[in-house]
Amino acid sequence: METLLQQTVNGLVVGSVYALIALGYTMVYGILGLINFAHGDVLMVGALVALEAIRLLQIYAPELGLVPTLLAGLAISVVVCMILGYTIERTAYRRLRNAPRLAPLITAIGVSFLLQTLAMIIWGRNYHTFPQLVSTVPLEPIAGVFITPVQIAILVVSATLMVGLVVLVNKTRLGRAMRATAENHKVASLMGVDTNKIIAATFIIGSGLAAVAGVMYSSNYGIAHYAMGFMPGLKAFTAAVLGGIGNLAGAMLGGIVLGLVESIGAGYIEDLSFGFLNSSYQDIFAFLILGIVLIFRPTGLLGERVADRA
Amino acid sequence: MKRTLVALAVLGLGASAVHAQEVIKLGTAAPLTGTQSHLGKDIENGVRLAIEDYNAKGVTLGGKKVKFEVMAEDDAADPKTATNVAQRLVDAGVKGVIGHLNSGASIPASRIYNEGGIPQVSPASTNPKLTQQGFKATYRTIANDVQQGLGIGKFAATSLGKNVAVIDDRTAYGQGLADEVVKAVKASGGTVVTREFTSDKATDFAAILTKLKAAKPDVIVYSGMDTQGGPMLKQIKQLGITAKFITGDGGCTGEIIKLAGDAISPNAYCTQPGLPLDKMPGGKDFNARFKKRFNADVQIYAPYAYDAASAIIEAMKAANSSDPAKYAAAIGKVNFPGVIGTVAFDAKGDIKDGAVTVYQFKAGKWEPVQ
Amino acid sequence: MNELALAVPYLGKRHPAAARWVVIAIAIGAPLIAVLFGKTWVRILDFAMLYVMLAIGLNLVVGFAGLLDLGYIAFYAVGAYTFAFLASPHFDIHLPFWLVLPAGAACAAVAGIILGLPTLRLRGDYLAIVTLGFGEIVRIFLNNLNHPVNITNGPQGINMIDPLVLFGWDISRPLKIGDEITVNSLFLYYYVFLAFVVLSIILVQRLQVSRVGRAWAAIRDDELAAKAIGINTRNMKLLAFSLGATFGGVSGGLFAAFQGFVSPESFSLMESIAVLTMIVFGGMGNLAGVIIGALALTALPEVLRYVAVPVQQAVFDRVILDPEVLRMLLLSLAMIFMMLLRPAGLIPAYSRYSRPELVVGKAASGEAGK
Repeated sequence: METLLQQTVNGLVVGSVYALIALGYTMVYGILGLINFAHGDVLMVGALVALEAIRLLQIYAPELGLVPTLLAGLAISVVVCMILGYTIERTAYRRLRNAPRLAPLITAIGVSFLLQTLAMIIWGRNYHTFPQLVSTVPLEPIAGVFITPVQIAILVVSATLMVGLVVLVNKTRLGRAMRATAENHKVASLMGVDTNKIIAATFIIGSGLAAVAGVMYSSNYGIAHYAMGFMPGLKAFTAAVLGGIGNLAGAMLGGIVLGLVESIGAGYIEDLSFGFLNSSYQDIFAFLILGIVLIFRPTGLLGERVADRA
Repeated sequence: MKRTLVALAVLGLGASAVHAQEVIKLGTAAPLTGTQSHLGKDIENGVRLAIEDYNAKGVTLGGKKVKFEVMAEDDAADPKTATNVAQRLVDAGVKGVIGHLNSGASIPASRIYNEGGIPQVSPASTNPKLTQQGFKATYRTIANDVQQGLGIGKFAATSLGKNVAVIDDRTAYGQGLADEVVKAVKASGGTVVTREFTSDKATDFAAILTKLKAAKPDVIVYSGMDTQGGPMLKQIKQLGITAKFITGDGGCTGEIIKLAGDAISPNAYCTQPGLPLDKMPGGKDFNARFKKRFNADVQIYAPYAYDAASAIIEAMKAANSSDPAKYAAAIGKVNFPGVIGTVAFDAKGDIKDGAVTVYQFKAGKWEPVQ
Repeated sequence: MNELALAVPYLGKRHPAAARWVVIAIAIGAPLIAVLFGKTWVRILDFAMLYVMLAIGLNLVVGFAGLLDLGYIAFYAVGAYTFAFLASPHFDIHLPFWLVLPAGAACAAVAGIILGLPTLRLRGDYLAIVTLGFGEIVRIFLNNLNHPVNITNGPQGINMIDPLVLFGWDISRPLKIGDEITVNSLFLYYYVFLAFVVLSIILVQRLQVSRVGRAWAAIRDDELAAKAIGINTRNMKLLAFSLGATFGGVSGGLFAAFQGFVSPESFSLMESIAVLTMIVFGGMGNLAGVIIGALALTALPEVLRYVAVPVQQAVFDRVILDPEVLRMLLLSLAMIFMMLLRPAGLIPAYSRYSRPELVVGKAASGEAGK
């Protein structure tokens, strides 16, 4: 029981990071119908920029406390990622908006590898230690379950951001314009919505969220490196599909579910398969779920768009 | 017509490769670019030092004075590049090769050296497979994973606790070493309570560690690299696991200490094949000379590379020839005091009595315990 | 051949017949020129031929049928492992290659159908992600199926795979003609691979202009319309998947025989992306473009190694960008800029229906905001 509870907590922590990244995928997909492959790598850039900013802050402004330093680093990395997201959209995707869908997808893969390579050139191939400004020492166990302050912070921050995003999309003018653009570009622009601006805004918001996710990810594991974004990105995409791509609530649900499945799956697969399978198959859960959902319920758990939109 | 053209080309090449009699080229191949370039350079420099020493002393083969030269190639730690590089060395007519670093590069390359009839002595590849392929002239100067796995398993089960949990990273290295550890733990009277798996790209180990915690191990053996070991130590602490931790040479680095931060304690151990540099018979002197010559510290493999090159040259001296066909068999019979200790090989080509040293984390660094 | 001939600059359009002879001469003479720079380059040519086959197969799926497959390397893996299972000491089965290679191709084709069946309804980006997942699943299974029953030998891979033996003639041994002339096996492999490539080209060209090829083009350009005019889109897509996979399987089998060693790390996602870049770079849907793309990108890392490293050393006194980093940089930039500036690739397709929809750039088909 204790083990199951602990696995649930593990799953929730990983899942809420997935959920936060999945929001970025789902927003862009909802509006452009494009899988922004580079989204995971924006997360990586976010983590590494924050790392660099915190390093510099600790040298030049050591009188700043731990949490203010972290927040300042986070703010800098969010801004950098927002600029990055806008640049990617403007230079790589905008020109291909009306091209057949293979073209932007291949470009997106290219952007993803480009970001990784550039990060490799700037920060090297080594793993960097990410400064642990929020404690990672576990609190007193509750019912045998260990949780660290950083993990609590992750849960709180992601929940807040998700609620904030839902409010933004559903209650504000910008949100309404985003929904209109997602519904139909042409009609939205006829109604006076500057769709270019709205699409740019979507990328900017998504990239900002990715930066936050990157900082949380790195704070939790204490590391950052140039290839860290790819796997979480892929899994977050799975989460978005699982929840119903284009659907914000779905992305969150999908993230949490995927986190739980991975964690509990890795913990119990050996017993469930009578020792035939084991934890080495942890990484295939995401892909299996993805395949199964797309094949049997392409609208995802909560349902929005259909897989075949051609 | 096709055939004659080929034949002409081959003949042309053959003619150009015949001169060079006084100069004997020895090849060395290791990653000289990429993340492991410092280790590759370490190997190259070790070989250079050995060759300079022999050239200074003067070697006479078949009545003629000879001079040795190094041809260093970059395998980028990649299996496919390694085969290309191996081919290049064979083409260039080297008489022997010291390399490669990674087992994943050494194994495919060894096939090409074998076809070219050129002896290969690896100073760093620890995968047991390398010398088990039935190739006549494949040797290594470093203890292999069987020897290291035995060292880890025995130490874990007898000194750290009976109940052992084993985690590996599903790479050729990690899995191979872990299998040997499991055997050694059982042989030393310990129990493997659970065996878990991760990947060499993973960062989250909470799920497998939680599962492992339920099995209540006294010691966790991690068979993989430092980049996973560091975060794993952190998560071990975060989950309140108090078991001891031991890892092989992949995690026996300064990097793991850096990455684990405050989560590493004297509960952490690691092993390294071979003796620590200052305990090697020729270690101190070698270190000083190496530093003076290259203005760089010995990383790990330079002494092994030095002795590998020495083994090849000693065998040439014994056979009184630099012809690989003649001297290859003599490598298996060498027996001389090298930097790392006595250099002699067993029937397979592994170094005899390969030592394994256990280290413990103490005051910010790894200190030898045995 | 015709398309390749047309691609020859200047001559191609004026004297297609002459250009054709130029292409044939280059294909046959390539290793003889390459060997002047060392046998390594012949080995690289051998690999290039394997990649050409892979690119031709992937082009069938992506360029002709318009189904973006990001897990294509899985079929290469299936072919390679089938060869390894049926012709190595691993299970102690040593079947002749003319049984093993078709078996590998058949297994790959079945894998293609297994992947194709459930994904028929998916299009474009969804298909890309699912195929990517499929590729990873295959790799993870290959990496882990050594427990509890050892099938794939896990991360250690399978070694000592039998070489190609063509009716009693082992082409991994140098061919002796008379007493003095020996032809290195690398040349023999080249011509065997070339034969397979030529066969593939002929087959694919026939396919392209057949009913099947036209049906694929129709599906690629507008699936709904294709259905409406009575094309069985399901069967046609499955055929594309399984035929494309077959090429991957054959290429994989040849790779296993050539390298003598297969392990899961040779079949990573990066390889799939590399093959995709080859066809994107050369020109999707166009055989000549695809072949030239494959040749160019296989040679790229080696060229970089020879050019970039010495240049950087001369200019900056040290190597700032590894050849591997440079390669990644160039690959990713190629993907982005090819799509932005020259979506039809280096050598765009000539005939109308071999042109993928990318070239036409139909404004409406994106339906971005529907």
